[in-house]
Amino acid sequence: MDNTNVLEVKDLAISFKTFEGKVQAVRGVNFELKKGETLAIVGESGSGKSVSTKAVNRLLPEKNSIIESGQILFEDKDLLTISDKEMQKIRGNDIAMIFQDPMTSLNPTMQVGRQIAEPMMKHQGLTKEESTQKAIELMKLVGIKNPQQTHKHYPHQFSGGMRQRGMIAISLACEPKILIADEPTTALDVTIQAQILNLMNDLKKDLDTSIIFITHDLGVVAQMADRVAVMYAGQIVEIGTADEIFYNPMHPYTWGLLASMPTLDIHQTDLYNIPGSPPNLLHPPEGDAFAPRNEFALAIDFEKEPEMFKVTDTHYAKTWLLHPEAPSVTPPAEVVRRKQKYERLYAEKKNERHVGGEVVGSRG
Amino acid sequence: MQKFILKRLLTAIPVLLMISIAAYMMVNLTPGNPAELFVTPDATPEQIAATERALGLDQPVPIQYVRWLGRALTLDFGNSFSTRYPVLPILVSRLVPTVVLMGSTLLFSYIVAIPLGIISARKQGSWVDNLLTSGSFIGVSIPNFFLGLGLIYIFAVRLGWFPTGGMTELGGDGGFFEVLRHLVLPVVVLSAFYIANMARYMRSTMIQVYGENYMRTATAKGLATKTILTKHGLRNAMIPVITIIGTDLPRLVGGAIVTEQIFQWPGLGRLTITAIQQRDYPILMAVTMLSAVVVLVANLLVDITYAVVDPRIKYN
Repeated sequence: MDNTNVLEVKDLAISFKTFEGKVQAVRGVNFELKKGETLAIVGESGSGKSVSTKAVNRLLPEKNSIIESGQILFEDKDLLTISDKEMQKIRGNDIAMIFQDPMTSLNPTMQVGRQIAEPMMKHQGLTKEESTQKAIELMKLVGIKNPQQTHKHYPHQFSGGMRQRGMIAISLACEPKILIADEPTTALDVTIQAQILNLMNDLKKDLDTSIIFITHDLGVVAQMADRVAVMYAGQIVEIGTADEIFYNPMHPYTWGLLASMPTLDIHQTDLYNIPGSPPNLLHPPEGDAFAPRNEFALAIDFEKEPEMFKVTDTHYAKTWLLHPEAPSVTPPAEVVRRKQKYERLYAEKKNERHVGGEVVGSRG
Repeated sequence: MQKFILKRLLTAIPVLLMISIAAYMMVNLTPGNPAELFVTPDATPEQIAATERALGLDQPVPIQYVRWLGRALTLDFGNSFSTRYPVLPILVSRLVPTVVLMGSTLLFSYIVAIPLGIISARKQGSWVDNLLTSGSFIGVSIPNFFLGLGLIYIFAVRLGWFPTGGMTELGGDGGFFEVLRHLVLPVVVLSAFYIANMARYMRSTMIQVYGENYMRTATAKGLATKTILTKHGLRNAMIPVITIIGTDLPRLVGGAIVTEQIFQWPGLGRLTITAIQQRDYPILMAVTMLSAVVVLVANLLVDITYAVVDPRIKYN
């Protein structure tokens, strides 16, 4: 991992036209993706994580989605303003995607091998024979058995896990610089899920691809991510390295997420839950969108939206609690436990330099 | 697959047998005695009885049926009651014009309707789409006789661009262009329905296909809009379209009764109407059996095409 940015999303705002009015699905999102890193975007359904990343590949429905503002910079180009032709050259070539539902994401009437070969024919100008050979190699790489025969099979002859491997093979066909994985394991069994995640981790190491990993499963995040962005109501509320988010979270929403995550090491009777439900983005609330559900909310939270406060060079959180004049609060017990663990870990790391940088996550 | 086709052909035999029995009953249940239509109104009962004997109508219906069946199995459908000519040559001579008419109609309709439906689906909600949707509503609703007479009045009577009816000129050579000139108006009339019907199906199918996840995958691969449509969209949209074509196919022989009447087209439709009016049982039976065979063959063809188009469909 080096420090160059392969992708920068700046001030991105997206709304959808509906019968009731404009839904502000994404409200000013900023993040950058570094070369070779995995950035996880977490948040509950409707927080805008899928929408922001679909905008990167311009896959939002043209009819009812509006890009209100923002830039998506990739190799000095703003992906939001380039022509459709230019975008086609980037899709599947520089920026590839893996989707949530492997059962329906493959074309049922086309051989799997051909579907994998297609982007190579389009972007690399390979012939049918060459691309078929490469498709067979890719299928072997992603762990599909017997690719010599199975490349001629149709998706219905594959299991769900095998289909997702096929999807991964499609996305890797042109060795993309960026891979966007939109909940790639949500529809799979837990055992298959682990295999797919391991596969993605291995491939990332081999190909030095940057990954944006969208999920609502914090266990998966711990296994995959170098950095984590937490989204709530169309905004990033906290962003930092995986260690910082898991062991030194600053935003009350992140606290809630972590506290509501079941762990194996303590005997919990009741699982923590965040009260209430996310705001209706037809009419986003004034002030902090999380305030009505936030037991630590301050008076100012209901009046003024907090800015992104800097915690470290890599860690930012959008909460008034980080304001110098804010009262100090005690986070939920689970979060305090995590912070203590982090401090111990940090002390150890200082002593043993060679451990540095390794992500230590707890698995859900 | 061969086994499947063989099985389907074998099951067609009892089906055809049942159809023939039902049809024979119905034909004989129609009021009116064919023998009476053969003689002058002042004929004596003896003369009528003699005609009935000559036509074989004096026997009980089951016996008549068995006799008919025995001959039909050798493709001998008897002689027409009204003309006394053998049925089969009459049938064949009328079949050709109808197949020409309906074949051109279906071909023309699909060539127009399928692109229309795709455009409509692509530009869903635009004025093009609204125009097509309301246009196809009119196309499905407008009766053939009305449209036919209207077109004859404007283009044949008033403008004189096309003949009012028939398939060839009296004393003409029956060449390609002559037939083509006669085909235009009836094909336009018949196509109104088929275009409207197919365009609506194509539109809704394509809208559905464009919403499928694999189309999003195709876009995410960076394929061109045209490739996405032709390589990923169309083949998946074909299944419902084949079903529609399958239901259209039997109309190749029986789909134009009214229109043939209006345009004096020398086809099966007019033959059928005349046969009904004249209680011409042998002709009616032959037409019915022909239609039944065509329906069964069309269904079989549709099932075979499904398996060719969609790899998920396998027959064992």
